[in-house]
Amino acid sequence: MDVVRNALPYLMDGLKVTLYIFIIALILGFIIGLIVALLRLAPIKPLNWIAKSYINAIRGTPFIVQLFFIYFGLNTIPWISMDKTTAGIVTVAINAGAYFAEIIRAGIQSIDSGQAEAARSLGLTSTQTMRYIVLPQAFRRMLPTFTNQSIISLKDTSLLSIIGIADLTQRGQIQQAATYESFKIWLIVGIIYFIIIYALTLLANFLERRFELR
Amino acid sequence: MSIIQVRHLKKSFGNLEVLKDISTVIQETEVVCVIGPSGSGKSTFLRCLNRLEDITDGEVIVNGHIISSSTVNINKVREEVGMVFQQFNLFPHKTVLENITLAPMKVRLTTKDAAKKRAYELLDKVGLREKADSYPAQLSGGQKQRVAIARALAMDPKIMLFDEPTSALDPEMVGDVLDVMKQLAKEGMTMVVVTHEMGFAREVGDRVMFMDGGYVVEENVPEELFSHPQHVRTQSFLSKVL
Repeated sequence: MDVVRNALPYLMDGLKVTLYIFIIALILGFIIGLIVALLRLAPIKPLNWIAKSYINAIRGTPFIVQLFFIYFGLNTIPWISMDKTTAGIVTVAINAGAYFAEIIRAGIQSIDSGQAEAARSLGLTSTQTMRYIVLPQAFRRMLPTFTNQSIISLKDTSLLSIIGIADLTQRGQIQQAATYESFKIWLIVGIIYFIIIYALTLLANFLERRFELR
Repeated sequence: MSIIQVRHLKKSFGNLEVLKDISTVIQETEVVCVIGPSGSGKSTFLRCLNRLEDITDGEVIVNGHIISSSTVNINKVREEVGMVFQQFNLFPHKTVLENITLAPMKVRLTTKDAAKKRAYELLDKVGLREKADSYPAQLSGGQKQRVAIARALAMDPKIMLFDEPTSALDPEMVGDVLDVMKQLAKEGMTMVVVTHEMGFAREVGDRVMFMDGGYVVEENVPEELFSHPQHVRTQSFLSKVL
């Protein structure tokens, strides 16, 4: 137990890094997803095309390749200079954004067209209709899939250790190298991830009940 | 004074021509009932009057606005034209009160207090004041439709469009909704009602339009149209439904 007790404070600092990157990337990813979903549904062909290309590019390539492209590839462009953490956040956000876009699009399309018709017939603009009528209902409906993708993105952050970000996984590696206690170290790292993700699931369940479609 | 003028209205969905050539004039305070078989184009005709369907050809003037023109601000026109749907289309994530106050507050920028006060007046009118804080899912079909009527009336429209308002209701709920509509007609609302309720058309309608195959086959005051239909199509339709 001494190994674990000694490693724990160090691992907890790693968890802070993981959660910091995750939360910022999740917010950015959601904003990207919302914008891309709206572009994807806009009645303007070139916008649909841009949105579709982005989604296909992200879905059709591995996360690691996206990470290397953004951190090593984009950083060769003279006027771009991202540190590791920024590159990590950008990668997770751009990756999650593509999946969120598809989740939000499906959510919007699942709302009966009569809802928008009723809102428009009252004189609401298309933007107001989206904001007050369609999106609030779509968000409720997509909460379970949204939770799923968030959990995948949280787990994806462990891959950021490859470019040297001192997240939970990276710190696990360092502890393992220092102690040679692979079994205990990776078990405790796994348990920490599990607790966070389980808490996230409970939060999502709570929100689902709270915003139940009436 | 005519409030709706329709001249040679045509509407196609792709290659399918649903409205072939519709012309009519509707006067202020007039109640026009549109009847006809399924697929005759009566709902499409109604939905062209607030441009929920784009107009393929012809001219439609509503409340002084040429809504068949692409430059018209259709949102402004719709503020004055209420619509009631077969499937109610209440907003399920909002209470009855919020359903009614939303448009006045967001479109007309009415204060919350004023919008609420008006909403309660309208709920009294449709007999549902005690349901103000309920959600639509907690209401029966007839109650939902009466809330939908109150929601449309909250914008103080000059014209009300009804798209088969009682077709999705259990028979014992139909009467309550029709009573509210009769009251509205009595108060002088201009109404266009697509309906299968021949009794309502006969009693409340100032004029009945019979549509078939994308045309208005025949229109007349209810007594004449129901008692002495001129066209063979009208006769055969009425013989089946009356």
